Order: sequence, then C-alpha cells, then structure tokens
Amino acid sequence: MKKLLALLVAVMMIVPVFAAAEDVIKIGVFEPSTGDNGAGGKQEILGIEYANSLTPTVTIGGQEYQVKLEIADNQSLTDKAVSAAQSLVGANVSVVLGSYGSGASMAGGDVFAEAGVPAIGVSCTNPNVTLLCDYYWRICFLDPFQGTVMANFAKELGATKAYVLTMLGEDYGVGLGKYFVDAFQKLGGEVIEENFTEGNGDFAAYINNAVNGGCDVIFAPCATTYAALIIEQAASQGVTFPILAGDTWENSAILDAAKGKDVKVYCSTFFDENDDSAAAADFVSGFKAWLNADEGKKTNNGGNDIVAAVSALGFDAYNVALAAITAADSADPAAIAAALPGVTYTGVTGAIAFDENGDARKDMAYIKFANPETGAFDFVKTQSVAE
Amino acid sequence: MKKNQKLIISLLAVAALFFLAWLVEQTQGTQSMAVTVLQKGAVYALIAVSMNLLNGFTGLFSLGQAGFMLVGAYTYAVLTIPMAKRAAVYQYYNGGWVQFTIGFLPALLLAGAAAALFAALIGMPVLRLKGDYLAIATLGFAEIIRAIVQWDGIGPLTNGSNLLKTYPTLKNIMPGNTVLFTFLAVGICIGLILLLINSTYGRAFKAIRDDEVAAEAMGINLFHHKQMAFVISSFFAGIGGALLAMYQGSLQANSFKSSMTYEILLIVVIGGLGSVSGSVMASFLFIAASEWWMRFLDSEMLIGNFKVPLLAPGFRMVVFSVVIMVVVLFFRKGIMGDRELWEIGARRGAKGGRKKA
Amino acid sequence: MFNTLLPYLLAGISVGGQYALIAVGYTLVYGILRLINFAHGDIFTAAGFFMVYLAASLPVGISVPLVIILTVILGFTVERVAYKPLRTAPRMSIMISAIGVSYLLQNLMWYLTGGLAKQYPGLPGLSETVQIGSASTKIVTIATPFLTIGLVIALVLLINHTKIGMAMRAVSVDFETAQLMGIKINNVISVTFVIGSAMAAIGSMLYFTNYTAVTPTIGAMPGLKAFVAAVFGGIGSIPGAMIGALIIGISENLIKAAGWTAFSDAFTFALLIVVLLFRPTGLFGEKTTDKV
Repeated sequence: MKKLLALLVAVMMIVPVFAAAEDVIKIGVFEPSTGDNGAGGKQEILGIEYANSLTPTVTIGGQEYQVKLEIADNQSLTDKAVSAAQSLVGANVSVVLGSYGSGASMAGGDVFAEAGVPAIGVSCTNPNVTLLCDYYWRICFLDPFQGTVMANFAKELGATKAYVLTMLGEDYGVGLGKYFVDAFQKLGGEVIEENFTEGNGDFAAYINNAVNGGCDVIFAPCATTYAALIIEQAASQGVTFPILAGDTWENSAILDAAKGKDVKVYCSTFFDENDDSAAAADFVSGFKAWLNADEGKKTNNGGNDIVAAVSALGFDAYNVALAAITAADSADPAAIAAALPGVTYTGVTGAIAFDENGDARKDMAYIKFANPETGAFDFVKTQSVAE
Repeated sequence: MKKNQKLIISLLAVAALFFLAWLVEQTQGTQSMAVTVLQKGAVYALIAVSMNLLNGFTGLFSLGQAGFMLVGAYTYAVLTIPMAKRAAVYQYYNGGWVQFTIGFLPALLLAGAAAALFAALIGMPVLRLKGDYLAIATLGFAEIIRAIVQWDGIGPLTNGSNLLKTYPTLKNIMPGNTVLFTFLAVGICIGLILLLINSTYGRAFKAIRDDEVAAEAMGINLFHHKQMAFVISSFFAGIGGALLAMYQGSLQANSFKSSMTYEILLIVVIGGLGSVSGSVMASFLFIAASEWWMRFLDSEMLIGNFKVPLLAPGFRMVVFSVVIMVVVLFFRKGIMGDRELWEIGARRGAKGGRKKA
Repeated sequence: MFNTLLPYLLAGISVGGQYALIAVGYTLVYGILRLINFAHGDIFTAAGFFMVYLAASLPVGISVPLVIILTVILGFTVERVAYKPLRTAPRMSIMISAIGVSYLLQNLMWYLTGGLAKQYPGLPGLSETVQIGSASTKIVTIATPFLTIGLVIALVLLINHTKIGMAMRAVSVDFETAQLMGIKINNVISVTFVIGSAMAAIGSMLYFTNYTAVTPTIGAMPGLKAFVAAVFGGIGSIPGAMIGALIIGISENLIKAAGWTAFSDAFTFALLIVVLLFRPTGLFGEKTTDKV
C-alpha cells in the first residue's frame, strides 16, 4: 500500500509537466464515449475532430493559437457528468462542446455556469438545457418541436393510437415522450404511456402491451442500447406497424438491429447525408474520406462511413465555437460567453443564430427510415411544424 | 485531566485540518480538482461513517444506504428549489405540488428526518432478519424506494425521473468557502456520531455486535437498540445524501443505485469496520484516487514515441478495483482495523495508518 | 382473455426458466458456503461476452461448448482467488469480497469491451421466430422451460445419487463434521462453483438469444432476481429455485401487462421482503437451526 501511494504521489507530480505548452487554446469536448449513449457520443466526437483537423488554429489578437481538444467522457450518466465537467473546467478549457444526451448536459451545466465557461449543446434537445442554465447555448432543434414533428408524422402514417415507451430516469426520452403525447393528443390520437427501468433487457411484455392495447404506432425515444432490444423484440413478435423515435436512433446500432427483419423503423434527425447544399456535400465527401483513411475512426463510427447527423452537428458546433472565439478575440471564457449570443454561422446543418434562451432557431427535421434490406437509412422527407 | 488534554489536542488537530482545507480552496480556487476531492471526500466521509455505525459498530449488515441517501437528497432538493424556478424545473407537472421554499439549514435537518422516518418504518419488519437476509432485504428496500421516487404518479412531488436542479448548492451557500462549509457540516455530524458511540448506547451497540445472546442476557433490549442504530445511521445518511445533492448541483434518482451502496461499503471496509477515523481517511483516499490521481490511466500517454500499453478509458477503474480486492483479501482489517486514530499508541501492538489531508 | 395473456405467460415462463438456471448457482453456493455470491450475475454477463467474441470468429458448434468451458474456468478462478482465502474469516468478509469481485468483473468487462453494448449473435435453432396461437415469438421462448426442467432433473439426480452429490449434501448440512468425515471440502466447493457457472453459461445463451444486447452491467438485475428466486423457493433447494424463478418470471410479466411497468423490478423485491418476513425458509426450504 505504502509503495503504491508513493508511486501515485510521484505520478501526480510528473503529470502536470507534460501538460504545459504555449499558444494553445483548449476546447472541451463533453461527450459520452461509453455507456448507453456511447455509440452516438463517439460519432459526435468524430464530427468535432474532423472540424478540428480542417481548422486546427484560430487567430486571437493577431496571434495564431493551436486549438487543442480536451475530451472528457461523461459515461451517459448524470452523476459521472458532474465529475467529467469538473475535469474539463480543471483543465482550463475556454469553451465546451456537448453533450449527446440532455441529462448529462443538464447535470454538467451547473459546473460550467459556476466556472463561467460557456457550453455549446450539440445534440441535446431538452428545453431545460438552456432554460435553466445561463451558460448553455445550443445549435440543434428542441424536443417540443421534435415531439410535434413526430406526432404529425405518425398521424400522416395513419396512426390513431400510439404506444409511448421511455426509460425511467432519462430526461431526454421522458421529455420527448411527453411532447409527443401532447401533440398527438391534440391531433385527436390516443396514447398509452409506459416506462421501463434502466438495465432492462426484457421487452417482451412491453411489445405485448402495445399490441394488446390496439396501438398502431410505437414511439420509443431512448438510448440505442435499448432501441436494439425493442426492435428485436418487436420483430420476433411480428409487429408490423411503424416504430418511431427521436434523434438518438439515427445510429448504426439501429440499422444492425433492423437489418433483415420485417420492421418499419423511422426516426427524426438533424441532417441528411444527401442534402444538396454545397457546404453539406463538401462536408459529407470530406468526412467520408477522413473516416476511410483511419480504421480506428471508422470503428468509432460503427464500422461504416455513413455520416450521422450528430457528426454534422459536431462539425458545426466546433466552427460556431471558433466563430465565437474570433468574435471575442480572446481565449477568456467570460469574453467568449459575452460574444456567443451575437454569433451567426451558416453550417452544414443550416443557419445558426441564437434566440434569447440561447437556442438556435431550427425549424426543420429530417425523417429517415431504417431500410432492413440495404442496412442504410433512407431519407423520407423533411418536416416542419404546421402552424 | 489527561482526558481533557487529549480532547483539546484532538480539537486543535481538527481545527488545523479545517484550516488546511480552507487554505487549499483559497490558494487553488474553487474549481480545482483538489477542492472537488475535498468536497466530495467529506460528503462521502459522513455517509461512510453513518454506514460504519450500522455495519461496523452494531454488526447489522445493511445495504440500504443509497435508498436513505436518496430520500434525504430529494427531501432537501424538493423543499429548497426557489419558487421562481419551480415552473421550469417541474416543466411536465405544472410547477409541482410543493409551492413554498424553505432555507437550506432546516431543509438539511428535514432531509435527515425524512430518511430516519423511512428507516423507522422499514426497520420495524426487517430488523428481525439476521445477517445476509437483512442485507438483501435492505438492498431490496433501497430499490423499491428508487422505483417509487421515479414513478410518474408522484411526479408533481419528485419530478418523476427528470432532473432536479436550481436548489442551493455548495457553491452558492458560501461562495469561495465551499470546503469550509462542507467540512463544518460533516464535522458536526461526525462529532455527534462519535459522542453517540462513546455513550452507553454506543457500548450497547458494540455488545450486540460482539455477541447478541450475551448482550440480551446483560439486559440490552436488542430490537430497541438495533432500531435506534438503524434510524440514527439513516438520519446521517439522509443528511449525507442532501450534501451530495448540494455538491453535484443536480439530482436524479437514477444515480442512487445499489452500486453506490457497494462503493460506500468498500470505503468502510478499506477504512476498517468499526473505525470512524478509518472511514474518514478511506473516503478521502477513495475519492482522490478514483477522481483525480488515477485519471491518467484513462487516456493514452506517449513518452517520446513510446505508447504506454493498456492505458485506455476504463483502465483506471480496473486498477482501482484490483487494489480494492487486494485490500479485501490481504489487508482484511483495512487501514485502521477497529481502532481510532487517537487511540494509536494508547494500546499495544498498534499498526500505523497515516493520515492524508 | 387467454389469447391476450398468452404472450405474457410465454415470456414469463421463458424468462423464469432463464432466471432458474442462474438461481441454481446461487442456491448451491449459498447452501454450502452460506455466501450470497454477488459476482454470479457478472459471471452470467461474462458468458454473454464470451459468446459475442467467440462467435465472431468461430462456428456456433464450437463456440457453445467453449463458452461453457470459459465460464466454468472463470467461476472456478473467482472461488479459488477471492473466496477460498477467506474460508475462516467472518461471513461478512466473504460477502464483501463477493461485492468486490462483482465490482472488479464489471469494471474489467467495461474496459475490455469499450463500455458499449454488443449485439449477441443469433443461435441457429433458437433465434428463429415461430407462431404459437395468437402469439409470435422466438423458438428459444418455447425451448427454455423444457431445457431448464431437463437440466434441473439431471442436477437433482446428480445430487441425490452420486458420490459427489452426497458429499455436497453433507457439506451443506455441517461443514466441520463433513470435513472430519474425510470429505475434501475444497473439491466439493469447486464442483459447486463449476456446476453453478455452467448453468449460468447456458442461462446466458438462452437469455441473450431473446434479449440481444450485452452490456457490462446487464447481469446485475437478472442476478438479483435469480437470488430472490432462490430465497423464495427456499435456499438450498434446487427444485425450489426453479419454481421460485418461474413464479417471479411470470408475475413480473403480468405486472407489466397490468400497466405497472415502472414497478416490475420493485415488485420482485417486495415479494422477497414478504417471503423473508413470513416464511424465511422459503417455499421448499428446510427448517434449520440458526448457525451463529
């Protein structure tokens, strides 16, 4: 024990020596790379890393600074998110990007607010991320919007009764589920709402409940780990009506689960690979080449070169952060926070400008279909909310 | 005379430690890792001591600590969220049922009281169980409490499975003196527990631990004393839970899983079952090692062009759990055994444990 | 009515059978060592990961026996390293060691697998879908109860009619006396862990064929439920563990059918507490004098 302690103390003293360097500005990446949302978080990090590889420097006060990404894993858990956020603040980052999953963003938000470090939400869609935290901005659409979009889409598919399944204790899913329910009921639909507990592997009874309840659509916003199980179980029970979900389901885990099965899986998302704008096309081809050049990165992307919407958002988030640093002309977090509200930027996922809550005004969602034959996402349509 | 002298020395030592901790925050800043470790370590110290009171001093093997912490944390948070923020926090429940706010101090006490109340209710049936059956029953109760708190039906009270936040945290109660505040709160609680342990009740607890039959023969009311230890332990676990909520800044029932209880149990074992000072030291060591000193194991490291093997996310926890297993298997008494720091030298055959501040 | 309930019953019996195979490991170990082997659920998870990695490069015919062998080795090693040195220590120490092993196994699996869910391979003959009445389900759902009952009968025969079985019974009745009678305690205990781990490995194949994502902590809940089943059936009794597991599996699914999905886990624990309070020896447990 004593020797081990001595060793630990010795290491503590050595480590900081490595960290010292000059003319570096640090951007914190606050993402899950493990846990329930790990697969998606990794794709978001890839987008950020790709952006960093294209624009590795930023000019502040006429001097060129290297941008260093400081990555902390929040493990998709709210309690781990606090210490991950603290480690970023402790590393003196100037601005933070992330996280995939609203729960982690909300838990980490306080740490950033207290330290005065601005954070840019990449794909966290719960309204409270920005509403309850003055230092959080966000570049994606929100759950009230997304829930309504999916409710409209369910209606268009001819559904009259929806089965809404979310995980207890997950802010993202429970919140999105509620907005979907509100919107779907307004459209005259009926709803059955149920929850499963964390770590649950047995979805047989839930699918039974949906079938027996006479539902003709399932809405199950949840982490990809559970999504795969839900799809698997629905397929084995011969569910033929559509299964809908939010942005988290746009992931290769879903494609793998749906492949070769008789299921109809749809999700809404932020971006489509076949978007025809020049910026998007550039991004897609560049990103694919970048992924294919490195086996490790491709593995992190789920083993293929399909461009996830969250990668595109990560790419935009990094560039928004650089725009804010340039606008502030400073590496000081407080100056960047002051500059952020005025930043506008046209990225691959569309134009980004912040409203008074710090949310980007995004009013379009892409609906995609997990094609069981090709094992790829088919673009279905873009949808905005009919007023 | 001698006793008085010893007390004064102890108090001075504690005061010196508090001063050192305060100094760390003044020099390193509130956001530094050292301060984080001091805050979280102190909170865990209280929880570990409260668990030790039960498992180490009374010999009741309970695994319900996370459940009582959950009750305490939720009581505190629900009662202290400012009125102005309630509508936003309880966004799905129209602002919730609770339409008042109380100060953090009464809320802390109520947090303990609520946990104690739960313990009293649960204790009546389960304390009749022995050994591992008690352990598994308390573990079960902790899980049931968690399911109820997350249940949509009482969402207007607990916000269901959604986060609670915007309640007063360590950082906005005493800005710049968060460590001092935590140490004071935890210090008072642990001081009370120490007084209890050294009272007649404490001696009765130890008698029950050592031999139930003999204790009963000596006229100790078994059930009454077990119930008392259980309720008091839960009271402090509740306060510990509330402090943990204050430390985290946001709160969700989901994180109070049985693995949290296991972590605390391991701290108690590392410190030594039946040693308050052992639990305190072990908490700081445990938190510092897991949150800070061993972090480097999780990221790739290059020394020149040489990539150090094995280092990858998760390696830290593997090394950490191996260390714990070594302690459990080969240093079964932990750092302190069942002695206290201030007893070293007083008794024969004392094996040294070192205090880290 | 029956048609509505049928799918729930099918799922309940199937998951109950899978719990039963895990519960056997708990009940055997508890019967002999008086130890709640908290690591047993993680051994079950490890078996799942063995299959994920083996099936990626080997044909199923080879990976199935290999998974069982690896799991048995793991269970055996855990016993030798973490429990054997504590044979004379207080019972609380062994239980803490079990919790430590569980913590270590979870962290190790998390590290080795990168912390992400892994897709379980389909097993031919089990993963296909069949139609039963109004319900459609995987073959494994139907096969599980038969397989479980077969294994449990074989195990009961082993315990009642073989020499090692007799030794196991002797050790569970009285540790010290059995030792004095010349029974090699350590061998008996190792056999117990080998049987328990093999059952857990088979249980994991059935379980993950139905619920196809393996994560490092996925075994914790089924493990706890299997333990509850063992207590419910009367700890030490193998048929009791099976019946306890089936009851838990079915009632869990019926609770979900009734719409109380948030409480399906909580129910299992409530059941445990009620059993402990009113019939601590479980359904089939023998009355034993309290060992101090």
